[in-house]
Amino acid sequence: MPVQALFGQVLIGLINGAFYAMLSLGLSVIFGLLNIINFAHGALYMTGAFAAYFLLQWAGLGYWWSLLLAPIAVGLLGVVLEKTMLKRLYHLDHLYGLLLTFGIALIIQGGFRNEFGSSGLPYAIPSQLTGGYNLGFMFLPTYRAWVVVFSIVVCVGTWVVIERTRLGAYLRAATENPTLVRAFGINVPRMITLTYGFGVALAGLAGVLAAPIYQVNPLMGADLIIVVFAVVVIGGMGSIMGSIVTGFTLGIVEGFTKVFYPEASNTVIFVIMALVLLVRPAGLFGRTA
Amino acid sequence: MTATVKDYVVVPPVSVAAAWPRHQMLAFAVMVGLLVIAPFVAYPVFLMKALCFALFACAFNLLIGYVGLLSFGHAAFLGSAGYVSAQSAKVWGLPPELAILAGTATAAGLGLVIGALTIRSRGIYFANITLAFAQMVFFFSVQAKFTGGEDGIQAVPQGRLLGVLDLQQTYTLYFVVLAIFLIGFLIVYRAIHSPFGQVLKAVRENEPRAISLGYRAEHYKLMAFVLSATLSGLAGGTKALVFQLASLTDVHWTMSGEVVLMTLLGGLGTVFGPAVGAFIVIGLEHWLAQLGSWLTIVQGAIFVVCVLTFRRGVVGELSRLLRKPL
Amino acid sequence: MLITRVLVLTIALIAATATAHAQISDGIVKIGVMNDQSGTYADITGPGSTTAARLAVEDFGAAKKGLKVEIVVADHLNKPDVGSSIARQWYDAEKVDVIVDVPTSSVALAINQITRDKGKAFLVSGAASSDLTGKACSPNTIHWTYDTWALANGTGSAIVKTGGDTWFFLTADYAFGHALERDTEAVVVKNGGKVLGKVRHPFPTADFSSFLLQAQASKAKIIGLANAGADTTNAIKQGAEFGIVKGGQQFAGLLVFISDVHALSLEKANGLVLTEAFYWDLNDKTRAWSKRFAEKQHGAMPTMVQAGVYSAVLHYLKAVEALKSDDGTKVIAKMKEMPTDDPLFGKGVVRADGRKIHPMYLFEVKKPAEAKGPWDYYKVRATIPAEQAFRPLDQGECPLVKK
Repeated sequence: MPVQALFGQVLIGLINGAFYAMLSLGLSVIFGLLNIINFAHGALYMTGAFAAYFLLQWAGLGYWWSLLLAPIAVGLLGVVLEKTMLKRLYHLDHLYGLLLTFGIALIIQGGFRNEFGSSGLPYAIPSQLTGGYNLGFMFLPTYRAWVVVFSIVVCVGTWVVIERTRLGAYLRAATENPTLVRAFGINVPRMITLTYGFGVALAGLAGVLAAPIYQVNPLMGADLIIVVFAVVVIGGMGSIMGSIVTGFTLGIVEGFTKVFYPEASNTVIFVIMALVLLVRPAGLFGRTA
Repeated sequence: MTATVKDYVVVPPVSVAAAWPRHQMLAFAVMVGLLVIAPFVAYPVFLMKALCFALFACAFNLLIGYVGLLSFGHAAFLGSAGYVSAQSAKVWGLPPELAILAGTATAAGLGLVIGALTIRSRGIYFANITLAFAQMVFFFSVQAKFTGGEDGIQAVPQGRLLGVLDLQQTYTLYFVVLAIFLIGFLIVYRAIHSPFGQVLKAVRENEPRAISLGYRAEHYKLMAFVLSATLSGLAGGTKALVFQLASLTDVHWTMSGEVVLMTLLGGLGTVFGPAVGAFIVIGLEHWLAQLGSWLTIVQGAIFVVCVLTFRRGVVGELSRLLRKPL
Repeated sequence: MLITRVLVLTIALIAATATAHAQISDGIVKIGVMNDQSGTYADITGPGSTTAARLAVEDFGAAKKGLKVEIVVADHLNKPDVGSSIARQWYDAEKVDVIVDVPTSSVALAINQITRDKGKAFLVSGAASSDLTGKACSPNTIHWTYDTWALANGTGSAIVKTGGDTWFFLTADYAFGHALERDTEAVVVKNGGKVLGKVRHPFPTADFSSFLLQAQASKAKIIGLANAGADTTNAIKQGAEFGIVKGGQQFAGLLVFISDVHALSLEKANGLVLTEAFYWDLNDKTRAWSKRFAEKQHGAMPTMVQAGVYSAVLHYLKAVEALKSDDGTKVIAKMKEMPTDDPLFGKGVVRADGRKIHPMYLFEVKKPAEAKGPWDYYKVRATIPAEQAFRPLDQGECPLVKK
C-alpha cells in the first residue's frame, strides 16, 4: 500500500479514536471519581443519539441545539439513575455496580428496540458541515474533521477541569476522603450525583456526534461498550489522560489493522488489552487497584 | 480499593466432616425426584436445555461464589467444547461419549492456558482480561473453517452411547443428560465440601494470611478455574449433542452475561442456586419468546432487582429463611 | 419449608412449559411464521410477514372451504439454536404443519434439517443461502423468494453488461458474505469484468471509512457490497459522506431491501443498483395488494420477503386443499406438481430441487427529485426472465435432481 494512502488511513483512525476517547472519558471520570463501573455507557450513548433524533422530529430543533440539549437530557437521566439506584451500592463491591448498570443497559436497549426496531433511523449531517476537502491523499469530509476537533476540545477541557481547577480538586478529594470533605461543608452526595450526570452527558454528547454518520439504532452502543471498556482498562481505570491517549491510539491501531488484516480489526483491541494487563496489571497510566 | 467478596456472597460455614448435612440431602433428593418425573410432564427438549445450562451455571458459580472471581469470558469454554464435540461426532465419527469427552478436554486445556495467564488479576481486571480472551476465542471461531462461521456445525449425529443407548430416543437422551448434570453437580459439591474447598474459602477471605500459612493461593485458584472451565466444557459438549448444533451464540460475550444472570438470580455461592437460576432464566426465555424485545427488558429488570434488593438470589433468600445453607 | 423450594422449581417449570402443551387435533392446518421480530431484520420480515400470511389465509378463503387454518408466530432472534428449539417444539408438541419465512441462513439450514427429519414442510422466504436448493436440498423444503445466486447473477451480470466492468468488493467477514462475494465475482468475471480488489470487514461493523478509502483508491467503477442489513446501510450512508457517488463510482447492493432504502432515505441511497423479486409499484395487482398490506402495517410497503410469504402460504393452502392432507412431504411434492399463480409474482413453477422460479428485477434507486410520493423509490432497469434468473438445475449438486 502506497505511503500516501496510509496517511488517509491514519487520519481515519484518528477520527475513530476521537469517539473512543470521548466515550472512555466519560467512563473514566465515573470510575475514577466514583468507583462505579458504568456498563450502561453504551446504552446512554445511544440515548443521546436518539435524543438528537427526537429533537429534530418532534421539536424541529437541529443539530446545534442537540449538541447542547441532548447531553443535558441524558445527564438528567443519569442523575435520576444515580439517585434512585446507584447510590445504594456504594458500600458494596464495585462488581455490583457493573451488574446493575449491565441490567440498566439491557432495559434501555430493549425498550428502544421494542419501539423502534433495529433498522436504524436517518439523521442528516447539518448543512454547515457537509462537503469536504480534497487533501490529495484522500477526501476528508468536513463533518469528520469537526468530530476530531470538537472531541479534542471536550477531552482536553474535561481533563483541565478535573485536574487543574478547584472544582476538580474538590471532586478528587471527595473520592479519597468523603467524610473530611463533607466536614468542610461541601455537599458530597450532590457532587457525586452531578459527576455521574456529567460522565453520562459525555456519552450522550458522543451519541449526538455519531448520529449523522452512524445509523441511529438501538444497538449502536451494544458492541461498542466492551471496546470502550477495554480502552479504559488499558489506559488505566481512573486515569483520564490514560483514557484519552489510549482512545486516540486505539483508533490509529485499528486503522492500520483495517489495512493489513481487516477481519481482525474488531479483535485487536482485546489482544492489546490482554498483553497490557499481563505486563502492567493496572493499565498503562493506572494506579494499582 | 481491594475487591472483596465478603460484601456480596453469603456463604455460611461449610463443614467437611459431615459431608452431607441432612437438609441438603433432602433438597438433593427432591431435586432428583422432580427431574426424574419432569420429562413426562413437560417438554423434554426444553428440560435438557435447562439442564445443560444448569451445569454451566454450577461450574461458573464455583469460580464466583467460592473463589470470588467474576469471569466475563466463560462462554469461551461452553462454546469451544461444543464445537469440538460437534466436530468429533460429525466429521471424525466418534461415538457420543468420546465426543463429549473430547469437548470437555478442550475446555480443560483452554481453561489451563487462560487461567494461567489471568489468575493473578482480581476484580474488574480479571473480568476484563477473561473477556478479552473470550473475544479472541470468538474471533477464532468466526475465522476457523471447521466451525462453519455463523452457520455453525449442523446436523451433528447423536449416535449410541457406549454402543448401547440410542440417543435419538428422546427419553433415553434426557436421562443421559440428567446423569451428566448430576455427575457434574456432585463434582462441584464434592470440590466445595473438601479440604480443597476449605483452602479456597481461606484464600477468598484473606489471601495474604492463607499464603503466610503456606498455601500457594494461586495454585488453588488456578485449579478451581480449570475445574470450572472443564465442567463448563462438559455442559457445552452435551448441549452440542442434544441440539445437534454448535453455533457462534455459545462463544459470544452475551452468553457470558447470561450465565452471570442465572447464577446471580439463583444465588451466588449457594449449592442449588445456579441450577434454579438456570431453570428460571431458560423458562423465561421460552415463555417470553413470543414477545421479542420484552425478553431483554425483563432480563435487565431481573439484574437490577437482584442487585438492589435480592442480592442473595432465590436460593440464597430461601437459605436465609431456613437458616440452613442451600 | 422445602415445599417452598419445590414450588419455586415447579413454578419455573410450569411457567416455562405453559406453551409446551396444546390439545390440538389434526383437523387443523397450523402455519408457523418464524422470523426476526425485533432485531436487524424485523423490518424486512418481522410482523409484516405475519400480516402477509394472514392475508394469504384470508384470500384463500379457508373458512368458506371448510378448512381450519391457524397461524402461530415466533422470534428466532437470528440464532440457530433458538430457531431449532422452537422448530422442535412446534413440530413435536404443538402439531405445527409448516414453518414459513425464517431469515438468516444459519437458522434456515438448521430448520431445513429438522423439518426433513420429522417429515413436515418448510417454505423459506427470508433466508438467502443457495445451499438450500443445492447441497442441503430436501424434499420437505421450498426456497421461495430469492437466493444468493439469483442476487449475484442479477446484479452482477446486469451491471457488467451496462458498463460496470471493474469491481471492488466490500465483504462482510462471515459465511454468507463470502458466499455472496464468491458468486458475484464468478458472474462478473464470466461476463468479461475484472475484480480489482476486495476487503473483508468484521461482521458487524459500524464505521466503514477506512474500507471506503480503500475502495476509492482502487478506482473501480463499481463497489460491490457483499453484506446486508445495517452493514449495507452504514456503508452507503458513509459513502455519501466521502463523496463516492460524486467521485464517479457506484454502489451495487448485493442484498438490499426496500426497507433499507427507506431507512437510508433517497438522498443517501440514490443511484444504488440492486436486484429484488418484488416491488409494490410494479403493476396494478401488486399495488392493490400492497395497499392492503400497508393499511395493516402502519403505512409500510411490503418487502419481497413478505410478499414471498403471502405467495408461498397461498400456494401451500391450494396444495393442501387438492391433496386433502397436510402431510409435509406429500404437500411439498404437490406444490412442485402444481404451477403457481398469484397477484404478486404472477405465474411460476417450483422445480425439483425445491427452487421456486419467477422473474427477478434489476432496480435503480431514484433521486429525490424523481420520487412522486412516499415509498416511490425504484425505477426498473431490467427484467430477468424466470428461466435465467436462478441457478440452472444441473449446477446445484442437489441429490434430488436426477441427472
